[in-house]
Amino acid sequence: MAGMIVTTVFLPLIGAVMAGVLAFFAAADKATQGRLDRWSQWLTCGPMIGSALLALFIFRDVVAQDNVGTVELFTWIDSGALEVSWALKLDTLSAVMVLTVSVVSALIHVYSIGYMRHDPSIPRFMSYLNLFTFFMLMLVTADNLVQLYFGWEGVGLCSYLLIGFWYDRPSANAAAIKAFVVNRVGDFGFALGIFATFLLFQSVHLETIFAEVQGKADATFNVFGGEFHALTVICLLLFVGAMGKSAQLGLHTWLPDAMEGPTPVSALIHAATMVTAGIFMVARMSPLFEYSETALAAVTVVGASTAIVTATIACVQNDIKRVIAYSTCSQLGYMLFACGVSAYSAGIFHLMTHAYFKALLFLGAGSVIHAMSDEQDMRKMGGLRKMIPVTYAVMWAGSLALAGIWPFAGFYSKDIILEAAYAARSGVGGYAFWMGVAAAFLTAFYTWRLLLMTFHGAPRADETVLAHVHESPKMMLLPLLLLAVGAIFAGYVGFESFVGGEAAAFWENSILVLPVHKALENAHLVPGWVKVLPMAVGVAGIGAAYAMYMVLPGLPGVLAERFQILYRFLLNKWYFDDVYDFLFVRPAFYLGRNFWKTGDGTLIDGVGPDGLAAATLGLARRAGRLQSGYLYHYAFAMLTGVAVLITWYLFHRAG
Amino acid sequence: MIQFPILSLIIFLPLAGAGFVLTVRGDKEVVARNARNVALLTSLTTFILSFFLWFNFDTSTAAFQFEERAEWMPGLNISYHLGVDGISMLFVLLTTLLTPICVLASWQSITERIKEYMIAFLVMETMMVGMFSALDMVVFYVFFEGVLIPMFLIIGVWGGPNRVYAAFKFFLYTLAGSVLMLLAILAMYFVAGSTDIPILMETRFPVTLQYWLWLAFFASFAVKVPMWPVHTWLPDAHVEAPTAGSVILAGVLLKFGGYGFLRFSLPMLPEATVLFTPLIYALSIIAIIYTSLVALAQEDMKKLVAYSSVAHMGFVTVGVFTLTVQGIEGAIYMMLGHGVVSAALFLIVGVVYDRTHSRDIETYGGLVHRMPAYALTFMVFMLASVGLPGTVGFIGEFLVLVGIFQVNTWVAALTATGVILGAVYMLYLYRRIIFGKLTKDSLKKILDLSPREIAVFAPLLILVLWMGVYPLPFLDVLHVSVNHLIEQVNVAKAAAGGVLAAR
Repeated sequence: MAGMIVTTVFLPLIGAVMAGVLAFFAAADKATQGRLDRWSQWLTCGPMIGSALLALFIFRDVVAQDNVGTVELFTWIDSGALEVSWALKLDTLSAVMVLTVSVVSALIHVYSIGYMRHDPSIPRFMSYLNLFTFFMLMLVTADNLVQLYFGWEGVGLCSYLLIGFWYDRPSANAAAIKAFVVNRVGDFGFALGIFATFLLFQSVHLETIFAEVQGKADATFNVFGGEFHALTVICLLLFVGAMGKSAQLGLHTWLPDAMEGPTPVSALIHAATMVTAGIFMVARMSPLFEYSETALAAVTVVGASTAIVTATIACVQNDIKRVIAYSTCSQLGYMLFACGVSAYSAGIFHLMTHAYFKALLFLGAGSVIHAMSDEQDMRKMGGLRKMIPVTYAVMWAGSLALAGIWPFAGFYSKDIILEAAYAARSGVGGYAFWMGVAAAFLTAFYTWRLLLMTFHGAPRADETVLAHVHESPKMMLLPLLLLAVGAIFAGYVGFESFVGGEAAAFWENSILVLPVHKALENAHLVPGWVKVLPMAVGVAGIGAAYAMYMVLPGLPGVLAERFQILYRFLLNKWYFDDVYDFLFVRPAFYLGRNFWKTGDGTLIDGVGPDGLAAATLGLARRAGRLQSGYLYHYAFAMLTGVAVLITWYLFHRAG
Repeated sequence: MIQFPILSLIIFLPLAGAGFVLTVRGDKEVVARNARNVALLTSLTTFILSFFLWFNFDTSTAAFQFEERAEWMPGLNISYHLGVDGISMLFVLLTTLLTPICVLASWQSITERIKEYMIAFLVMETMMVGMFSALDMVVFYVFFEGVLIPMFLIIGVWGGPNRVYAAFKFFLYTLAGSVLMLLAILAMYFVAGSTDIPILMETRFPVTLQYWLWLAFFASFAVKVPMWPVHTWLPDAHVEAPTAGSVILAGVLLKFGGYGFLRFSLPMLPEATVLFTPLIYALSIIAIIYTSLVALAQEDMKKLVAYSSVAHMGFVTVGVFTLTVQGIEGAIYMMLGHGVVSAALFLIVGVVYDRTHSRDIETYGGLVHRMPAYALTFMVFMLASVGLPGTVGFIGEFLVLVGIFQVNTWVAALTATGVILGAVYMLYLYRRIIFGKLTKDSLKKILDLSPREIAVFAPLLILVLWMGVYPLPFLDVLHVSVNHLIEQVNVAKAAAGGVLAAR
């Protein structure tokens, strides 16, 4: 067991190193390069598939035989009371994550072989993908907060490397830096959360914290100039980290830009796995969040707001990948507000189903882009359904799942989230429910807008592109078909275990829900209309899209014209980027320049060393002038001195 | 027990090497070759010798180890007294590691007065190791000041176009601070009647005197660290210094300040330390935010790295004055890590400077196309500099922040903004130099790392990852000494409290 989990986690690291070494062999000719590329693909896909298979065994072991535990590798940091180990923790939550991550990752590895076929740096790409998976597995198996942070920053690094994979493009480099920095802002909160945890518990070890949390439920500590409820502070700080990684409102701006990376990256990192780390973390820390109503409310509100805001943006984007990217933000919002109403298992359930159908949609979009000779603008697509039928079919499956239509995966997971929000019977729960329903309508709308604009209607691409349209190779279709199976069945298969009657036995102790939080229990008892509504608005959204893009193709233009302000507002993504640019980016450069030129240059050096040097020179010149050489000057100076001395002496005698 | 004088050997072996280089005669070629070889051999031998310290170091005691004592000026109670504890031992190793790397890095880039250059470096090694192992104030002061001379020469003789200004600025800044420290040493001598450091640590100085002494030491150490606003000599010195000069400057000389605070200010002047802690915090926070922003605006690679050093040293001073185990261990670890990482970053700059003779960021772009190995090496050190977990940079930063969070959360939060800003300016630098299309003609033929350069970077790369993944061998050295230091401060504070209460 111990060996199995260690192997699962470290296989991708080995693959990454091997492929990374290959990336440095400069091939003399094409044939050698081809051989190197193939080697690197074997060396990375092999370990990854091995990992995925092992993950299946681990999952069965954990769920069926309760084989949970922690494998300690060695001590990492030891300083005073702070003790941190490299350790792999296995329970249901991490087993679910390990399984999802490694399976999706393995499929995307295989897909990449086909998709990146013409790229000149295949070994480097494969190495990054493997490295990413390693960090992600470290993240989900962390047994302490610092190792979680290690994985957290590690996946951030790989995301940075992969977004900027095509480093010739300025836009890709800018997006990569943006992703890293915005995530760092979140990590800043996460790190402070870790310090606060250590301050309260004198430990960062999860088991220790969870064991003591009940006793500290009402503890307060003095931070940031006031006496605050300790667990609320900790949870809010940790949540800032989750907001960064899971691209929640305010810190979401990096995710759409991250689409600059190759499409398999968007699928793996920016849809299926890395961005779900925030949800995983909130679920992992559920024993803390449960004791803070404020933090839970914040999670709910932020999640629900993200769900609706990003859904509105998705409705007007024209880049096929950006639509899916905003959709990802929106779906992450669902997962978070599920956690916020204490339905963590529903959030993780949606995380799991979403991983399959969103990866499917991204890879499908990749297949479209591949067919269209790297065109991403949907306004230049259309009418592709006959030309790439398999892609078309799997995109349908993914879209139905995303829109939450029975019996596809998204239906089960999204419904239970909305029902739980309703059943929470709280103000924020109600807010989340209605926002979630509205977002469900928009989700169906923009999904079908995407489908219709891409596959239906008359082709809008030019001749040369159209002539090249072709179905993707088998290497790409196979993963698509497997993911489609997940998108169709994952919801139905997982429902009972994740959120149904067997949930308690399934999750064991890996998630804590206090008895007062009954949202998930009551979710099964909500009125009939609550159960029907999400699917009904989904169908309505599809209808609306059909009406606007098939029946009355002129309507979107008219609407955009009519509501121009609103349209511009949405098209410019609520102006988040512009506001941030104005508030942070430009002032930073402005301040930096001024601190440098004025602060260091004029003030410090001007008054300090340079000023002193000038003053010394001036004094020296004046002192030099005293040495005039005239005897009477010296005699006069001497007499003055004598007079002063005598006067001083006399005064003191007298005094 | 008479011990083998290992410390003296490590200190004076480089000096002996320098003497040997001095005697080399012959035509220019021969002198250059011999000077290089002797310098490399001497410094490598010193490095290997210094491992003796590490392997035989007893981590269970806070006492000074490998002690040596010889009468020097018996009438004045001044003796030649050496020894290391957990706080200083690793700095000795850092010094002995970086010196051969510097020699190797200067192998081809220095073409004039090679003999004198190598002598300067070997003398400097003697001074630096002596400084870290001195247990007598006078011995300490001699080494502490002595190091200025070779450094002054290295900047002033082998530096860039503006080298004389930079050399004088460096010299005057540091000397001005040190003069005040000399006064403080004299004052302490008159109170305690000895300049022996262990004795001074036991001496209780009157509180008012402590304030003055603390400020005098502060003047000297703050310049060395450097703390804002006395940091402006550093960018100039770095820009003008040859690559290896920058490596030693950033790698070892900047640590004098932090080490000084730990060795003198904290244990000898505890009440003053407590009093002035807010001042240190304020200056450190300004240093972190201010210099990070300044770094962002830089157009010169070396200046950018120099400013980033100031920001990182801000973390160190915060950590030292938290007076918590994590804070101080973090500060020491950060100094060691910074010694490796900033040294490597200056070497990284040196690699391309040797090829194009430009430090302007503008002149680069797209280097990854021609120099993949360089790009990877740069990437690792850049990530270590931004404190990515798994690299050495993270451990120090993290521990410092853990420490300060327990003392003052606002200071912690403001300090932690440096983590964000650090990522901004480093990634921005990396992007401008490495990424993009390779369009500039001057770069079309640029060559990747040579075997000699790989040999320079390899040990540093290994250290960066080793110290990041398995820092225990280093942290273990610190524990007992750091705990002892904190105890010293607390005992003194308690005693002072007792005196106050009795009054």
